[in-house]
Amino acid sequence: MAETAVKQKPLKEKKPIFGKNERKLITDPINDDNPITVQVLGICSALAVTTLIYPSFVMSIAVVFVCAFANLFTSLLRSYIPKPVRMIVQLVIIAALVTIVELTLKALSFTVYKQLSVFIGLIITNCIVMGRLEAFAMANKPWQSFLDGVGNGLGYGAILLIVALFRELFGKGTLFAGSPFGTLKLIGASPDFLINTTATEGIGTMFAWYQNNNLMVLSSAAMFLIAGIIWLHRAWNTKLVDVS
Amino acid sequence: MRNSTNYIVKFVLIMTVVVAFILAGMQTVLKPIHDLNEAVYNKKSVLLAVQPVLDQSVEAMTAEDVQGIFDQDIEELVVDSEGNIIEGKKAEEINLEEQLKKPEGEQQYPLYVFESEGEKYYIVSVRGQGLWDAIWGNIALESDLSTIVGVSFDHAGETPGLGAEIKDNPAFPAQFKGKELYDESGNLVSVKVVKGVINDPEHQVDAISGATVTCNGVTNMMYKGIKNYEPYLNSLRKN
Repeated sequence: MAETAVKQKPLKEKKPIFGKNERKLITDPINDDNPITVQVLGICSALAVTTLIYPSFVMSIAVVFVCAFANLFTSLLRSYIPKPVRMIVQLVIIAALVTIVELTLKALSFTVYKQLSVFIGLIITNCIVMGRLEAFAMANKPWQSFLDGVGNGLGYGAILLIVALFRELFGKGTLFAGSPFGTLKLIGASPDFLINTTATEGIGTMFAWYQNNNLMVLSSAAMFLIAGIIWLHRAWNTKLVDVS
Repeated sequence: MRNSTNYIVKFVLIMTVVVAFILAGMQTVLKPIHDLNEAVYNKKSVLLAVQPVLDQSVEAMTAEDVQGIFDQDIEELVVDSEGNIIEGKKAEEINLEEQLKKPEGEQQYPLYVFESEGEKYYIVSVRGQGLWDAIWGNIALESDLSTIVGVSFDHAGETPGLGAEIKDNPAFPAQFKGKELYDESGNLVSVKVVKGVINDPEHQVDAISGATVTCNGVTNMMYKGIKNYEPYLNSLRKN
């Protein structure tokens, strides 16, 4: 009996496709190893695109896509990429994916493409993507690399959306303005929105007193907000506090 | 082996060709959709100028709605700097940026004539310089060729929250409604964007705090832009 138990063990050890380690690849970059609040990468676009939630949301999806697939392709090619030109190869992969995102967005949602303008192109220089390729995808299997890319994209997107939520609500007095989905438009100054702040009756009148805070629209507000989020994050997750 | 020059050159060449084919293919397939989107975007900004006399929100319009209005109610003209209408050309074919680079006598300007409930509205396009980059807009005039029905502005790269408010904050273009371009004796005064006190409410609107250069750009753009159309507007007035 004991022998059979021992023999069965290697079978059981067959790695699950989405086990504990894989889950950690997704959750770590959202919390313990967040690209923005812990590694302080990708700040440039986080400052620039977060004036409205909807474009930030699109930007986050774009980064998740680019990060995940750049990781996947780099990992697939990792044993063929010549070491001396590996950075250039990574850059070509990222640039190709970003161009694909840009062309698709231009066809699907032209107004958002106009709003994000240069920042979609600038995903190429987003240090998160390149950083993950160098640090993770060059040394790990494709599936794990893909998940790591998704995780890092989500970690970036989560912070982007939190910042955008504050900036849009307090800077413009709207929520989800410019979104093509009618039901998503929460607060705004026209009848298209669920809560219309210019309405003469109903729930919108409760918010009519609000004067937009112009500081929140400027990039400096994003700086304060990100700094605040870093502070709160560390207060809550004490592992991150540097004891030295 | 993997680090030999031969291998590197081969690897890079193959990679470049593969990537180039994928991207070129995508671009070719999506080009018609891109062009359509761009045209609808430009047409919407023309319609935004006459938003006050439309019963439908321009922003909520679909591509078909926009095209429908353009087909039915809008006459697209091109005028030159002497005020003549150029036959056989449509306003949407004119790229104002390129036209303004030409010597003054050779420039051509787009003009949209919108007809609604028997009233004619003349929509002119203007272009100028903001703080960081170009700004442009469309101005809709009533048939007296002086009263502004509405305007729409756009920009290439003004600061969000400051200069970009000329487009993002609907209250700014809304101020232009009902302003007069000409004074009582028929001289072009245009509409000025001024700081603080407005002492000439027919020809002045309130500026945006912190966006002085952009606002001055709007003032200049309005004056120069209207000036370009003056020969044509004058000939219309005579008839």
